[in-house]
Amino acid sequence: MKSKLDLDFRKVERARKLAVNIADGVQNFVAGRTTVSVERAVCRLMGIDGVDSYGVPLPNIVVEHLASRNLLQEGASYCIANAMMKTGLSPQRIAEEISAGRLDLLSMNYSGEEEVYGFLEPFAQRAIEKIRDRRFEREALIERLGEGPRPYLYVIVATGNIYEDVVQARAAVSQGADIVAVIRSTGQSLLDYVPYGPTTEGFGGTYATQENFRIMRTALDEMGEKVGKYIRLCNYCSGLCMPEIAAMGAMERLDVMLNDALYGILFRDINMQRTLIDQFFSRVINGFAGVIINTGEDNYLTTADAYQEAHTVLASQFINERLALIAGIPEEQMGLGHAFEMDPDIENGFLYELAQAQMSREIFPKAPLKYMPPTKFMTGNIFKGYVQDALFNVVSIWTNQGIQLLGMLTEAIHTPFMGDRYLAIENAKYIFNNMRALGDEVVFKKDGIIHARANQVLDQAIELLTEIEEDGLFRALERGVFAGVRRPVEGGKGLSGVVLKGERYRNPFLEKMLGGSYR
Amino acid sequence: MSGYSLESKKPDRALDLTRIRPYGDTMNDGKVQLSFTLPVPNGPEAVEAARILMGKMGFKESQIVFSREISESFTFFVAYGVSIHEIDYSSIKVPKLSLEKMSMEEIDRFIDERIRRKVVVVGASTGTDAHTVGIDAIMNMKGFAGHYGLERYRNFTTYNMGSQVPNEELVARAIEVGADAILVSQTVTAKNVHLKNMADLVELLEAENLRKKIILIAGGARITHELAKELGYDAGFGPGSFAEDVASFIVQKLETMIGNL
Repeated sequence: MKSKLDLDFRKVERARKLAVNIADGVQNFVAGRTTVSVERAVCRLMGIDGVDSYGVPLPNIVVEHLASRNLLQEGASYCIANAMMKTGLSPQRIAEEISAGRLDLLSMNYSGEEEVYGFLEPFAQRAIEKIRDRRFEREALIERLGEGPRPYLYVIVATGNIYEDVVQARAAVSQGADIVAVIRSTGQSLLDYVPYGPTTEGFGGTYATQENFRIMRTALDEMGEKVGKYIRLCNYCSGLCMPEIAAMGAMERLDVMLNDALYGILFRDINMQRTLIDQFFSRVINGFAGVIINTGEDNYLTTADAYQEAHTVLASQFINERLALIAGIPEEQMGLGHAFEMDPDIENGFLYELAQAQMSREIFPKAPLKYMPPTKFMTGNIFKGYVQDALFNVVSIWTNQGIQLLGMLTEAIHTPFMGDRYLAIENAKYIFNNMRALGDEVVFKKDGIIHARANQVLDQAIELLTEIEEDGLFRALERGVFAGVRRPVEGGKGLSGVVLKGERYRNPFLEKMLGGSYR
Repeated sequence: MSGYSLESKKPDRALDLTRIRPYGDTMNDGKVQLSFTLPVPNGPEAVEAARILMGKMGFKESQIVFSREISESFTFFVAYGVSIHEIDYSSIKVPKLSLEKMSMEEIDRFIDERIRRKVVVVGASTGTDAHTVGIDAIMNMKGFAGHYGLERYRNFTTYNMGSQVPNEELVARAIEVGADAILVSQTVTAKNVHLKNMADLVELLEAENLRKKIILIAGGARITHELAKELGYDAGFGPGSFAEDVASFIVQKLETMIGNL
């Protein structure tokens, strides 16, 4: 590809090599460990679901049981499969017996690994095939119904009530949305369990539950048939339950997942060890299920300055790309994040935004880049806000972004009214249609402002990656390299859920998904 | 032949502060622009419903200039009307912060000369609010729009706890670090949950017997000084406030508190 920015692709290669070393360092750490959430996800993949009479999810009960018996390091796969062999019960029944206090996995005879994992093999295969079938189902629907052109129009619903969300989502789809994201209830990312059943109460969003996934999936499939295109469903695979949400999403055919440990570390103060281990399994599931992941680099610019800190976004994208590749996510499923957050008072700010967006496009040519709208400098002047969103849309169509998170003119005032969403979609559709081929027509002046900006950001990103490579990602995060936020390796939420793997530990689900039984 | 007169319905064109009306392009024309959505399909009945609604809201000569069905059975309208109401501007009294506004350098000097120790401030975006834009703009080194945040002030020690901080944690931290002031930011909240949460904090401080000892300040997009006072805060800062506004208030209030000891 010919660079419109005169980018030196040897530098890009250098950045990628640095990211490989950084990501390998993380992966070396991750490989020897598991977490309570990883094991709960394994339970879910084995078919354990539901809650006890106090509303505690059975996967939590099983994993807490294993932890209390000092069995967790051997893994839920091994312990449950062994119990299946010895009792003849299904995983769900085993979980119910544990919950009722009638079964103790410590009092059981344990067979050798080969026998136990051999016994589990056909069950694991069936679980994997179920997810694979949901992926085939998506591909068939897209084949039959088609899909909207890129950038996909991405809107959020956030009423707190899944049934009201459905009303809003149907409205958004009839207005032209391609992706509907159900914002989670505030604070869900810090829950160390996934709530159960349909929910109608939430703050600033709706709980992610498997039943809520199902309800919204059904509604969007129905609307997809009506408007004649496949509608993607997005949720949030971040926080303390990353792998579980990934498993639930894979089973309910979600299409897009926010999935970024760095976001949790920096903005939710989740322990970095815990969440990077969680992230690996969650990404393996998302990769296998054909889910597009979205990363959260855009958030760096809501706290730090978009001009000064643009290179931190690029550096993080390189690291996230590599961490995703390790987990088997192809480039086509990497919605790397960035944002239109330059101070509107900067002279030529639009040119810098354009340079950065084009740079991301050229460096990650296959990725469906996730482009976030202005939020930080939205003022309550909805009329100016509408213009800011228009400029954002111009950059996006010009530089061929993948996923356009539509800006709302009422950003910073309230969660969107139905009319706000309509205006946002109208704005984007007008600009995308009117300027569709602009990027093919216009070249940038050699050594002009745009060239200079892109090359400057790339150089700074390489400098930063070099520093991170020296320190390792954990130490770098302690120093506060991203978003100006410092996080200690031993600090934050969820560290107690990290366990060193025992000798018998295996995760056959992960092995199968990563082993490419689909691809 | 009054029917030919262009001035036949001439309203009072003079500005009268006891009877002000919205201004479109002529004094006292009362012109107002609105947009809203009704849960009905578009059509003549929908437009008429919007027009009647305008009348009930206190507008005459209502015009529905745009209507579009934006979903199954929902229609979006843009409307113009002439407000029938007048406001006596001259009688309005709004409680305002009366304080001398100082620059960062002046504030640091004020602390050197009159308080003679570091001023400790704890801030957070509390309750369910996930936005840190407001608290960051006031507290972080960089500040906002060229106005440095409190962290940059030589004589302030600051603790920005970030977002979604429970009131209990905020108070615990304030006690731990011996805070002179607590800053509470509320940026975006659904269905006014922030009001209850802000009031709860006051009760919590009173229960800890701290309310009189700590300067309590609220800030955010929909916060006014009046609202903050009603909720039991010492001051409220709305949009367009910067660190030096907040800091000026803190140091002047702190000086009187120390003086009263």
